Order: sequence, then structure tokens, then C-alpha cells
Amino acid sequence: MSRRQPPGGQAPVVQRVRVRYAKRGPLRFTSHRDFARAFERALRRAGVPVAYSQGFTPHPKISYASAAPTGAASEAEYLELGLQAPMDPAALAAALDAALSPGLDVLDAVTVSTVVAGSGGSLADRMEASRWRIELPGVEPAMLRRAVAGFEAAERVPVQRLTKQGRRTLDARAAVAQIRVVEPVPEPVAAPSEVTGAPCAILECVVRQVTPSVRPDDVLSGLREVAGLEPPVPPKATRLAQGPLTVQGEIVDPLEADRGRMPTGSGD
Amino acid sequence: MPVESVWPRLEPLLPQVSKPIQYVGGELGAQVKDWDAAAVRWALMYPDAYEVGLPNQGVQILYEVLNELPDVLAERTYAVWPDLEALLRAHQVPQFTVDAHRPVGAFDLLGVSFATELGYTNLLSALDLAGIPLAAADRTGEHPLVVAGGHAAFNPEPIAEFLDAAVLGDGEEAVREITGIVRDWKAQGRPDGRDGLLLRLARTESVYVPRFYDVDYLPDGRIQRVVPNQADVPFRVHKRTTMDLDQWPYPKRPLVPLAETVHERYAVEIFRGCTRGCRFCQAGMITRPVRERSITTVGQMVANGLEASGFSEVGLLSLSSADHSEIGDMCSGLADRYQGSNVSLSLPSTRVDAFNVELAQELSRGGRRTGLTFAPEGGSERIRRVINKMVSEEDLIRTVVTAYTSGWRHVKLYFMCGLPTETDDDVRQIARLAHEVIRAGRAATGSREIKCTVSIGGFVPKPHTPFQWAGQCPAEVVDHRLALLKQEINTDRSLGRAIGYRYHDGQPSLIEGLLSRGDRRVGAVIRRAWQDGARFDGWSEHFSYQRWVTAAAQVLPEYGLDLDWFTTRERDQTEVMPWDHLDSGLDSDWLWQDWQASRSEVEQDDCRWTPCFDCGVCPGMDTEIQIGPTGRKLLPLTPV
Repeated sequence: MSRRQPPGGQAPVVQRVRVRYAKRGPLRFTSHRDFARAFERALRRAGVPVAYSQGFTPHPKISYASAAPTGAASEAEYLELGLQAPMDPAALAAALDAALSPGLDVLDAVTVSTVVAGSGGSLADRMEASRWRIELPGVEPAMLRRAVAGFEAAERVPVQRLTKQGRRTLDARAAVAQIRVVEPVPEPVAAPSEVTGAPCAILECVVRQVTPSVRPDDVLSGLREVAGLEPPVPPKATRLAQGPLTVQGEIVDPLEADRGRMPTGSGD
Repeated sequence: MPVESVWPRLEPLLPQVSKPIQYVGGELGAQVKDWDAAAVRWALMYPDAYEVGLPNQGVQILYEVLNELPDVLAERTYAVWPDLEALLRAHQVPQFTVDAHRPVGAFDLLGVSFATELGYTNLLSALDLAGIPLAAADRTGEHPLVVAGGHAAFNPEPIAEFLDAAVLGDGEEAVREITGIVRDWKAQGRPDGRDGLLLRLARTESVYVPRFYDVDYLPDGRIQRVVPNQADVPFRVHKRTTMDLDQWPYPKRPLVPLAETVHERYAVEIFRGCTRGCRFCQAGMITRPVRERSITTVGQMVANGLEASGFSEVGLLSLSSADHSEIGDMCSGLADRYQGSNVSLSLPSTRVDAFNVELAQELSRGGRRTGLTFAPEGGSERIRRVINKMVSEEDLIRTVVTAYTSGWRHVKLYFMCGLPTETDDDVRQIARLAHEVIRAGRAATGSREIKCTVSIGGFVPKPHTPFQWAGQCPAEVVDHRLALLKQEINTDRSLGRAIGYRYHDGQPSLIEGLLSRGDRRVGAVIRRAWQDGARFDGWSEHFSYQRWVTAAAQVLPEYGLDLDWFTTRERDQTEVMPWDHLDSGLDSDWLWQDWQASRSEVEQDDCRWTPCFDCGVCPGMDTEIQIGPTGRKLLPLTPV
């Protein structure tokens, strides 16, 4: 029998681009898999010369760095693309943004220097922590402050999460580098609360990238564990930033290192 | 009157349900138009889960055709899964459209496309969630008109009680006509209310309004007659046929979902209709005559569709794609155009014919290779004559061997069980055939790695086919034969190991049979089953045979009938069928002749290459076969 050989001839990668994108509003319900499919189609519509893997079923060369969970909004998602022909990152960002549905928005793109590849580490390696903002409609700020105080005081806060492998327990406390209640300021970006005039407490926290990962839901489970906090409606979480974590607990732009080397990269 | 979006009330519920993205909308190609600027507003429903409903061609085409009209608005709605249904009820959020999250009850029309009868209970859920009374008779001027279409609408009698109207056949022109009538009626101040509108629709002779027809029954339960109860309402309602498909190149702006759906591809119908004449096939009977799209229109649609969607797969759809008069040039032309672009092309519906393997090979030149499925449908030469599937065993072996020697290691073979006149032996022959396929494949390739999967579907007799008179095979008999076949496949362990076997048990087919050939009295069974929790009946994890049997036992004895009467009972020539007043164009004398020919194992050739055999469609519907070849070729695409 004539055995099929995988068709070869896929063009090699000549440029690598790192992209920051947002998942906003109703499209925060896009799962990571959903986003990946939509993104591949957007690449084709936008005419981005993405490189493909070899083999029977060639896949576009895209690698994602720790995607936000389904239902969480994000201002700081990242991926890396391999291109088979050079393209200006600013033009790439604009074309991709136009090709994606409003709510999946491309914010930034930077070329990775191929000369010093590896020196800055992979994108995923740079994602040491995330800053989350969690809106809790119907929760009194004072109540949330008490819960946060209890959480901070605890040494360990074991919480359970239902995974495909069954129920597993993880420590929500250890991964949290910073947690605080912030004053609600009028934010044009935030959707209006469905219960007009009802209180809405806002939590901000910096969570380290650990394995198994600790998500905003796990932090909320932790607050329930230590202080019985039960939000009356599902809270809305938004990832504000993701990247290297400084000793001061600040998150640095993960593309900064690439920007330094390649002046052609576009800024915010 | 302004209509509020239910989104603020829906959004907090979504984190609590599985796959929330399916309720969010925002697909590429979706349109949100100004509510107040629209004179006529349609909600279009596919009564199954979003993942099945979104790719549906019918809904996508009508959505686009309607939204192209400046004063018309069309939005889509799909069946919500039980987890969201419970939350919608608890929080009193109505059935909504995914486009602008408007309540379905606020639209002028709710158009529901029934590809299968198994969506009926989902219609009831949607109506109930929308706050629309289930029975059409209970609706008032504030409720939408509920209009059914799709193949199942060729016998809408089981859901007649829940429908205001049904349309048979192609929808492109029908929805525009209905829209025009609704527009005028609204502009004139809604003369004579809802009934006034329904009368105008009924008098077009192509919109069926069940309430304008009375059904009388004989003492033995059979139908005596179906007659109009209003002046000027026609005795028979005729199906619609869209001619010259090159004038209707839809979808132009395909809907591209964010959620994962069953088909992730740009689909283009390369022709409609089929005259192969397989006697079990309702689609082939009710969509006649064959109307091809020309090679150039197909080429243009594929180019536009890929550009608009970003899909990496193209499906060339029809009931038997290799029959297109320009299929060879079409496949090689498309393969040339998309070679090296990582776009894969597929021909999902394939005959048992070595030519098909060549086409599939041509299409896979670019790299990606799709699976090959052949449908001999019947295991013995005899049963294939009965169903008019003119495939010899020699053809099948040659075709499959060609596939194996061309590099495919695995092919799927599709058969049916429970066909009219079928014996245990006919089904056993499926195993023999599968063994032959593997033996011949091993001999031709010298490899023991080749495999085939035998996939069996239960036969359900359908209205407007020669088998509409047949008694459906009892579920126990089907199950017995499926068990026999399994044994038979494994009698030779070496061959058996190379054969995969997939089947469903016979019970769900029986319920499908009830819903397919039922009359208005089956409506109460549907309502009862729905009240008992029937939802998503096409999904084995949601379907409960027992629930339907119980519902039938509670309802049908009142009429002196039972489940068997509707399913396993053979009908005779004089019996009035529940759908006899619905005109698919097929001459019922011809259908009966074809049924007799089937029992005598006499085959019927295709009218595209033999003389007309008078099935009645073309003269009755004033249509004609529209096929090429046009003699044109696909030129290379000029880069933009």
C-alpha cells in the first residue's frame, strides 16, 4: 500500500510577534478554545502571513500564555505568533483587531528579536503574576473589607475546585501576593450594575502564577471559607495586568523586554 | 414601542451555565438592526442547541435574505439547554434572540426551521419561555405568528395545534412574500386581526394555515377527509421551489460563531434536489427537480465566503455531490486555487463510485484529507433493489479498494436497518460485505492496517416517499437484527478486528416514526411528553423512550389508537394520509407505483439521464431540471 507521507513544504518562521489582547463585555464568556478558533480565522481574514506546522494537519504557529478562565474579562492576554513573511507589528495589530469581533480587541504587538531569542525567556515564563479586579455587586464594601482582613490573616486557605478529574483542594492564600478593597470610582469601561443603586464592592488582588493555578474564583471561595462571604449575584472578574512581578508587588509589562531590543515595536 | 434587551437580566445567569458563549451572539456576520425602524420583525429559530443550529444553512440564508430588506429585521434564537432553561424560569427571563437579546414574544413572526421532527418538544419549550401560548388558538394580536418550515414541515400535522402557519419547500422567496403580506396588513391597521392576516397568507396557496382545515375521521381511526373551513382557502397547499440558484448565492456573509459548533466550515450548496430516487429518502423526493449552481457561481461563493469568514474548510454540499455536471472541473479548479493555502475542501455526500475517490483525492491535494464515507444503505443486492440504491457489490468493493490504494486507511460504510421487506439475511449480508471490503483491501494493499467502520441507522418511513405506506419495522426486530449483525461481523476474528460497528437501538426510530407520519392527534402526545420533561429528543442523553411510550399510552387510547397504529401499521392505497392536502408535487399514483415496484424489486433510473418517468413534480410545480455543464472553468484567483 502506498503509505502517505506528510506533505512538506510549509514555509519557515522568519519573524515572531507577541500580541497583547483583551476580552471584554459579553465576549468575556469566550472560552480559551473558542478564542483560539476565532483568532485563527481572524488571522486568515486579516491576511497575516502566519507560519504553519508540518504534518498531515498543519496548525498555525500560535502559542498562548496563561489564558484567563471563561467568564473572566481581561485587559492583559498574551500570545506569540510565528510568521512566514515579515509584517510590521503595528499593521498586524490593526488588521487583526479589525478582523476580530468587537470585544476581542488587539491592544499591542511587538516583534521578538530573533538574534537574542531565549535571552528574555519565553512569554509564558514571564507571566509570574496577574492583577485582578473583581466587582461584587450587592456586597457591602465593609463586609468585603472584613473578609479580606480574615483572608490576609490566615496562613493557609484551602479551597475546593471541581475539575474534570474530580474535586481537588488547593491553597488560595499562598498564591495571593496582594489583596485589597478599592473604592469604586466612576469607570466608563465597566458595565453598569444591573441592580441600580445597589452596593458594589470592588476587590483588587495580585495572584502569582502557580501550579495548580489559583483563579479569581478560588480567591472568592477563600473569602467564603474564612468569612462566609456569599455574593448574591455572580461577581465579575477582570484581569488588568499580567507579567513579571517585582519585589514591591508590582506587575511589569511583559513585552517591555522585547520593546527595548526592537524599536519598531508599537507602544500603547 | 421600544423593546428592552434582556441582556442585563441574562448576563448574571451565564456564569452558572455550561458554554455561556452560545447565548452571547456577536458572531461575525450577525446583524443588529434598529427595532423601531423595522416594519416587519422576524425571529428565526433552529429548534436545537446553538452548536447544531448555528451552522444550519436554511436559517443562515433566510437571516441574510430578510436582513437585506431595509425595513425588515431578522434575529436568531436557538433552544436553550436545560441548565439555562431552569434559570430563565427562576428569574423570569423570556426566550431571547442571540443577536440583540430581544424577547422572542415581541417579534411579528417566529419562523422555525424543522430539519427533523425531533425538534418539536424544543419548539414547545421556546414558546413557553417566550410567553407565547402553546396552542395557536389561544394567541392574540400581541403574539408573533409561529411559522414552521424545513423538511419536517411537509407533514406539520402533529404540531398543527402549535403552529399558525407552515411553508413547504424553499424559503428564499416565501419569506419575502410573507413579509410583504405582513407589512401591508400592519400598514393598513391590521384589518380583521390575526385571522385577517392568516387568511391573506392562506389565500396565496403556498402558506398552510392548519386552523383553516378540518380533519374528519372514520370510525376505525383513519382520516376520512381534510377540508378547508373558510372560503377561498385552497384544498391543497403547494410547495415553493427556488429556481436558478445562481441568482441566490447565499450565504454571502456566513455566520462565524465564537462557540464551537458541529460544522466549522464555509458550506456552499452546489445543487438542490436529487432524482437518484432512493425510496427511503424524503429529501430526495421533496426537493425535486435538480437545480445546479454553476461552477463559476460556486467558485465565486467559495472565494467570498472564505474571505468573509476566515474558515479553513469548505464543504461542497448537496444530496449527492458527485452528480453535479461540472463536479470534476469544480474540484480540480478549487484544488488549484487553494493549493498551499491550508484550506481544506470536502465533498461530504458521496456515492459509492470510484469517481468519488478521485474527486476526494483531487480535493486533498492541498494537504488536508477528510474522511471517506460511502452509503450502500442495504447489505444485499436484493434489498438495494427494493430501496432503489443502484450499487452493485462489485462497485462497492472496487470503490473501497480504490480508496485504500489511494492512501485512505479507513473508510466508513453507512447502512440502514428495518427497511421494508427486509429479512434477517439482508442484514447479515452487511457483515459479509464488510468482510469482503477488508479482504479485498488487504489483498490490494498488502497491509493489515486498513479498517472500515460499519454505521447503521434505523429506517423511519417518511411522508411524500414511496415508503409512506410501509409498516415501520418494530424496535425489537431491529434490535434483534443489529445483534445478529454484530455476531456475524465477529465470526471471523481477524476480519472482525478491522471492522468498527456503530449503531443505535431501534426505540428512538419508532418515536421519530410516530412524529413523522402522525396526524393532529399526535399533538397531544407531544404536549404530554414535553410536560413530562421531553427536551432535545435528538440527543441520546436527553431522549427517553419510556417518556414517549407513557405519553402515547395516556393520550392515544382516547381515539382508540396506539403507538403501533401510527408506526408499524402498513397503510393501503385508499387511506387518506395526514399530509395529502400538502402538495410536494409528487403524484400520489406515481408514489404508489414506485412502492409496488419496490416490492417487486424493480429499480427506477434517474431522470437526468433517462426519460422522464412522470413523478409529477416538474409539470405540477411548473419547474424544470436545471443542470449544466456550462463549459466554463475556474480561473486562478487574482491576488487582491
